[in-house]
Amino acid sequence: MDCGPAPPGGAVASMNQRRTRMNKAKLPAGLNTLVVYLAVALLSGCGEEYLQSTINPVTDYGEVTQNLYVQVFWWTMVILVVVLAVLAYILVRFRERPGQERPAQIHGHMGLEIAWTIAPALIVVAIVIPTIQGVFEVQRPPDGKALVVEVVGKRYWWSFHYPELGITTANELHLPVGRPVSLRLESGDVIHSFWVPQLGGKRDVNPVVVMPQGEESKRNWMHFTIKEEGVFWGQCAEFCGEAHSLMGVRVVAQSEDEFQGWVESWKTPAPTANVPAAPAGEGAGAGLASALPAPGPSAQDPRMDAGAQAPVAEDPLVARGREVFFRESYCVLCHAIEGTQAPGIIGPNLTRIGSRLTIAAGMLENTPQNLEAWLRDPHAIKPGAQMPAAQAGVTYEGQTFPPTNLNDEQIRALAAWLSSMR
Amino acid sequence: MSVATGTLKAAPAAHAEAAGLWSWVTTVDHKRIGIMYFLTSFFFLFVGGLEALLIRIQLMRPENAFISPETYNQMFTMHGTTMVFLVAMPMAVAFFNYLVPLQIGARDVAFPRLNALSYWIYLFGGLFLNSSFLFGAAPNTSWVGYANLTSLQFTPGRNVEFWIIGLSILGVSSIAGGVNFITTIINLRAPGMKLMRMPLFTWMTLVTSFLLVTALPVIAVALIILGFDRFFGANFFQVTAGGDPILWQHLFWLFGHPEVYILILPSFGIISDVIPTFSRKPLFGYPVVVYAGILIGFIGWGVWSHHMFTVGLGPIADSFFVASTMIIAIPTGIKIFNWLATMWGGALRFPTPMLFAIGVVAVFTVGGLSGIMHASAPVDLQQHDSYFVVAHFHYVLVGGALMGLFSGLYFWYPKVTGRMMSEALGKWHFWTTLVGFNLTFFPMHFSGLFGMPRRTWTYQAELNLETWNQLSTVGAFIFGAASLLLVWNVFYSLRKGERATANPWGASTLEWSIPSPPLHYNFPALPEVRSRDPLWDEAERREVEAATLSEPAREPQMPSPSFWPLLTALGVVLTWGLLMTHLWWAPLGGLAFTAFMVFNWAFQPAFR
Repeated sequence: MDCGPAPPGGAVASMNQRRTRMNKAKLPAGLNTLVVYLAVALLSGCGEEYLQSTINPVTDYGEVTQNLYVQVFWWTMVILVVVLAVLAYILVRFRERPGQERPAQIHGHMGLEIAWTIAPALIVVAIVIPTIQGVFEVQRPPDGKALVVEVVGKRYWWSFHYPELGITTANELHLPVGRPVSLRLESGDVIHSFWVPQLGGKRDVNPVVVMPQGEESKRNWMHFTIKEEGVFWGQCAEFCGEAHSLMGVRVVAQSEDEFQGWVESWKTPAPTANVPAAPAGEGAGAGLASALPAPGPSAQDPRMDAGAQAPVAEDPLVARGREVFFRESYCVLCHAIEGTQAPGIIGPNLTRIGSRLTIAAGMLENTPQNLEAWLRDPHAIKPGAQMPAAQAGVTYEGQTFPPTNLNDEQIRALAAWLSSMR
Repeated sequence: MSVATGTLKAAPAAHAEAAGLWSWVTTVDHKRIGIMYFLTSFFFLFVGGLEALLIRIQLMRPENAFISPETYNQMFTMHGTTMVFLVAMPMAVAFFNYLVPLQIGARDVAFPRLNALSYWIYLFGGLFLNSSFLFGAAPNTSWVGYANLTSLQFTPGRNVEFWIIGLSILGVSSIAGGVNFITTIINLRAPGMKLMRMPLFTWMTLVTSFLLVTALPVIAVALIILGFDRFFGANFFQVTAGGDPILWQHLFWLFGHPEVYILILPSFGIISDVIPTFSRKPLFGYPVVVYAGILIGFIGWGVWSHHMFTVGLGPIADSFFVASTMIIAIPTGIKIFNWLATMWGGALRFPTPMLFAIGVVAVFTVGGLSGIMHASAPVDLQQHDSYFVVAHFHYVLVGGALMGLFSGLYFWYPKVTGRMMSEALGKWHFWTTLVGFNLTFFPMHFSGLFGMPRRTWTYQAELNLETWNQLSTVGAFIFGAASLLLVWNVFYSLRKGERATANPWGASTLEWSIPSPPLHYNFPALPEVRSRDPLWDEAERREVEAATLSEPAREPQMPSPSFWPLLTALGVVLTWGLLMTHLWWAPLGGLAFTAFMVFNWAFQPAFR
């Protein structure tokens, strides 16, 4: 850790000992050190190397929280120091001396009682007022027109649908910097919580209650405007079952131009999504796709060079993979790919999956090798995942999915094809 | 210094209580039941601790696979459930049992056989819950068991059912216990023991008991409707049929927040008795401390949704619960100030019970203040369900509740066993506990702030959370080793400890006026009390001791032993447990068994 203020392990240990060793005379010095340590480590921008730091926000929403946190932090620090200092003083000053008689028997003091009721009450008021302002602020919809994204949490991945753009993707949320964004949260199964700490606090992703009359319960929203470009890490924050800890998410915050490029790329299927000759019945967009230039993958994509070759001459392995996907497996039952015949809605939408940073909801870097490993046995990577493995089926929420029975050749081809769809 | 001078008299043979295993199985003596409560909860403390250590080993390295996610989920669920329901609550009840009658000058609790029933239901319920491990089906949906994850659709298998039924059984025990202690404290006080003269521990027992009888039914309702969903296909939490999983959260926390005070108030009571003793000064602001405790009990009912700030209840509801939660900080702060004021101007001594009591004041303050941070709802949106919250509630429940119980253990052990615990071992235990505890939980503030959610089996290496987690793991092992010192001390001192006098600490309350250990009927004659600190007034002490250290003219008649409470408890557990067969008529068999036992119980005279 090159973050200066964060105390190294040993220092934390000794700091704790120091804090509690209150009957030593030199305590006030120890307390000061403690407070400095705490303050610097708990407040500063030292969160930078921490990808999920809660104290390094990049949105207006996150800043509201952060400002409140800093205020409350200092109030509580003042109280902590006063209480511990008084305690330390007492423990030194009033220890029994040899032969000491029973001390004066004092039963109480009304003035003091009133004083230490009113003092904390005032501090509480000082905290409650900005807090309640913050409560309303973080739940206020943006003034301007916001980009709406419908977020659906499922065990154990995320679906993102942009209703105005007609885009559906999974596990990687692309958002523009500087424009208000509104996320509409709902769950496809149990309660999840959408938490990308640098964007701001979490919100529960509740299943929608459908009343017998057809009325639906309201969904949660998150409203924010991102101020910095970057890739922000997050994960589900409400325990949702076996693979809860493996339900990650990435948010790619892009400049408005880059974001528009990304949106444009979605308007056509990936060049390799369909058979280049576009045989009858195989997706009307395919011919058009081959005529268009390859869309620019996001700047963060480590493999953008490889992507440029795709539309020219098709790799036989890629063609083979497409055949496996559409004709030799039942992938399409669960997965959709826009502009193709794959209609499934149970699993993540795979449109342009090759352009994503990760697979398995943020768990693995998106490489053909990792894709192969995932296709062979998803449960080795994510125990509890609903996707069947090559040699093992799954039963999930009452539905049974048999093994895919894909052999190594098929898996290699499938991974190559999926990777090619950028 | 007015340590009791009364010589320790061995009870004449005629007064001795029967010995042997059977006498313990059939006992209705509150002191023996208290000891059994303590030993059982002490055992479960180590079961829960072992689960915690497995969790800590798993989290020591990122992307570790020491245990599987399924096992991990069972471990943290059982750790939480065990520590709350099988350790912290019943260990407090152990102290209620042993001490309340002694502190108020009574010979037993109001319903001695009901008391035995409470204990046996607790024991069998705890065993039932843990028997799930034998079936590889330990509860795995966390100690809060949020719907609709607990539905049959999402968590098939018997795990959730063990949890529902186990907790339902334990609830019976707690409610019966609460009724018993309320009745005892209201009705069985010695002459002159007005409410405002009761020791603080008894006061907090009274408040806690009211919370028990009011809060436990709420979770009972929640568990029963969840049971209806799972066993009988009802739709309370099925969203497609108009059921609402948020209902579970309201019910759970409506119970769960008073539960927090059920866990912490006994500890507050204990240290409110310990601190004056070793300051050699009466408790500062006694009525204020009492009222603050009562107030906490009341306001504790109006803060539950601060566990639900991320749920999306809307800004109005959030604001209300922000305000109520902040308000409850005030009486809690008042208690801390009064403890400090009690020590101020005193003549402080630092034997182990006092060390732990001071530890509670310091450590609980840290936990209370981090609580203020997430009482600020927007801040909570970040901290909720992160390790920051894990740090917070361990500071409150381990640093506050458990260390308070340890303080009480060192304090009253001489009264219970007639021997002192080893001071040297005690001091080692205290300091290693303090170091281990802080090293375990303080770094969790950081892992939480840096984005580690709770209830996660592992974390990715890129998150840079390894150092903080390693510190926690090292701390947890130090804490675990420290606790072994306590075990050694408890059993070693039983044989080798220095003999204790009636009042080895020079304390002021009634339980210190009788021999250590007490006679089985506690008080040969009931003392008359004239103040809050009867043993600190020379004249009053002599009067009290004339009654409490006398030879009784006629041996007091005590309730006879009975094995019906044990058999009735078996019936209760059988009735609930047979639900696991998923045959609707099977529990009727258990019900018939219970009814038969209750019938026999009813016709057995309480006194021979």
